[in-house]
Amino acid sequence: MTSPFEYAPAPESRAVVDIAPNYGLFIDGEFTDAADGKVFKTVSPSTEEVLSEIAQAGEADVDRAVKAARRAFEKWSALPGSERAKYLFRIARIIQERSRELAVLETLDNGKPIKETRDADLPLVAAHFFYYAGWADKLDHAGYGADPRPLGVAGQVIPWNFPLLMLAWKIAPALATGNTVVLKPAETTPLSALFFADICRQAGLPKGVVNILPGYGDTGAALVAHPDVNKVAFTGSTAVGKQIARTVAGTDKKVTLELGGKGANIVFDDAPIDQAVEGIVNGIFFNQGQVCCAGSRLLVQESIQDELLDSLKRRLSTLRLGDPLDKNTDIGAINSEEQLSRITSLVERGEAEGAERWTAACDLPEAGYWFAPTLFTNVTQAHTIARDEVFGPVLSVLTFRTPDEAVAKANNSQYGLSAGIWTEKGSRILAVANKLRAGVVWANTFNKFDPTSPFGGYKESGFGREGGRHGLEAYLDV
Amino acid sequence: MSDTTRLSVFKTYKLYVGGKFPRSESGRVYEVSDSKGNWLANAPLSSRKDARDAVVAARKAQGGWAGATAYLRGQILYRVAEMLEGRRDQFVREVADAEGLSKSKAAAQVDAAIDRWVWYAGWTDKIAQVTGGANPVAGPFFNLSTPEPTGVVTVLAPQESSFLGLVSVIAPVIATGNTAVVIASEKAPLPALSLGEVLATSDLPGGVVNILSGKAAEMGPHLAAHLDVNAIDLTGADADLARELEIAAAENLKRVLRPRTEDFAESPGTDRMTAFLETKTVWHPTGSLGASGSSY
Repeated sequence: MTSPFEYAPAPESRAVVDIAPNYGLFIDGEFTDAADGKVFKTVSPSTEEVLSEIAQAGEADVDRAVKAARRAFEKWSALPGSERAKYLFRIARIIQERSRELAVLETLDNGKPIKETRDADLPLVAAHFFYYAGWADKLDHAGYGADPRPLGVAGQVIPWNFPLLMLAWKIAPALATGNTVVLKPAETTPLSALFFADICRQAGLPKGVVNILPGYGDTGAALVAHPDVNKVAFTGSTAVGKQIARTVAGTDKKVTLELGGKGANIVFDDAPIDQAVEGIVNGIFFNQGQVCCAGSRLLVQESIQDELLDSLKRRLSTLRLGDPLDKNTDIGAINSEEQLSRITSLVERGEAEGAERWTAACDLPEAGYWFAPTLFTNVTQAHTIARDEVFGPVLSVLTFRTPDEAVAKANNSQYGLSAGIWTEKGSRILAVANKLRAGVVWANTFNKFDPTSPFGGYKESGFGREGGRHGLEAYLDV
Repeated sequence: MSDTTRLSVFKTYKLYVGGKFPRSESGRVYEVSDSKGNWLANAPLSSRKDARDAVVAARKAQGGWAGATAYLRGQILYRVAEMLEGRRDQFVREVADAEGLSKSKAAAQVDAAIDRWVWYAGWTDKIAQVTGGANPVAGPFFNLSTPEPTGVVTVLAPQESSFLGLVSVIAPVIATGNTAVVIASEKAPLPALSLGEVLATSDLPGGVVNILSGKAAEMGPHLAAHLDVNAIDLTGADADLARELEIAAAENLKRVLRPRTEDFAESPGTDRMTAFLETKTVWHPTGSLGASGSSY
């Protein structure tokens, strides 16, 4: 069907960002090659075009970076908090100044729509630095005793789904509290972290306070295991999180883990359907569903299942999938070939196990990694697609009759990161929110984030909180 | 009256699980002596099956205990102090025997332990205000963070401080709504087993605290790997055991409190409570009041 409201292409200009053909590791304020000379390529997932060639950090580089961070720690932690604060304010401002450039860069390297990087990722990145900047000279008043001390060198490993935002979540509180940082960005999205290194240069941040080590999982493992790292912060899969928990066992390293999820989005029969549909779409198709707190399990009250699903399918059919740089694009590319094949195989498993698949009709571009918005009905709690994190634009629909059943099904998961509740009845929101075993509960909204709001999971979604006053604890010796 | 001295009545020390006082299902006991090597009692040598039964009891009790009002939890913890005060002499004797202390030093330990229950009784309805609160997000949203209990916590009680240390690790776990499976000091378990009798008469629901005597090295690995246990306090483990259990605990990402040097006579902070608390953050649009009523 041809819509009378066709969109003309509205691409954001790529000219605003200048990507160098290659980048080094950022250690002690300098870009440098890896000790063993290894490099890897980062590609644009929407076109498979090679964007740049990146130095790949090995064990020797990890050691060099940790030593640089250790050297920098003494002076950095001794700075008056008010001075550290001003560095972070500078960084926040430079991010705001360069936000269009960084948004385009992130969209190129990650594949997510420019609409999201421009309106969600980048504003939140700047806000996060701005928020923690203000804490740097107020730690005495944070509820962790007088003059709480930093831990030392923080080893931080971040994922590819929100590359710069996860960097901000990690680096801002670490620096505000007086720690120094060695950060490993994900292998498929190293560029924004390397651009952040340039922002540190512009801000005049002392050498060695922030070190960036692009690399694969083995680089991260070496960083986590390094004996002179005092603090480990990881965002990523539950499997790797468990491995990290084993690695740090028996050490003094403080650890926070922000891991997978299988968020339940519960829609009661009195919910405002139109708003709920928007919330469901936002919950599972924001960032192509590659979100740890995605609302990937829709729990809908039986009596409104048909009405809600009709409305939802109609809405999904209007989502625009394609060029992530186009300002009208709703669904961008899947981040990597590997992730696409994981999504594909879990969807095949869903079909094989007897769930009913529906996929929005839309043309997929020839190059790049794409997956059309998909939902499954006739899903039971035993189905793999109701239990495993797909980390893609795939929604599993289950039903319930009573609030108790909804809560029991929502909590029937190894994870406990997020949940949603849609109802007009206030007391029901509070009663259900109270019983959900999840770190973040969105009622009549979904996927809202803010630097003042603590974020993190129950159960196997990890431990520790990022954001807010709570987020300071992870970086203080308390 | 006969002039024979009266023979005292010994007490058979038993476990405290699910509000009941079972012997170990294994039928095993081990000899507990005082600091001079004199026989005191045969304590149950709990098995891994006892440990699993204790987890079942703790899980069963958890929802109700967490769902009780903070005020009621405070009343019950205070009641524990009241009950202990009445049995003070018994605990002074048991602690003196267990730790080889003079009567006055043992009395100081018991008094401090009773006072510790009072301290945590007062915390139950205050910790949420101290650790939670409203978050001023940049948007039209009501946003509130509140602490919630982690769930079932395995506690390896300190080996040396048989009573003050024991109380200092149990009370903060249950004050916030967790339930506990406690492995008592291996060589000095009697004050812990007697504490079970006090808890049973303090209106504390059965299963909220479960006390096992025996070997931490035997039961610990099973409890650390148990998928229905949410957290583990390793205070009573030596470095090797602590590392082994922390590795096992990673299987379901238990919250782990590592052993540390600790003087239980000092005033405790809040960190033994916060170690076993989750933070839940709830968002809701504040909307606006237009002619049509609420809007998102």
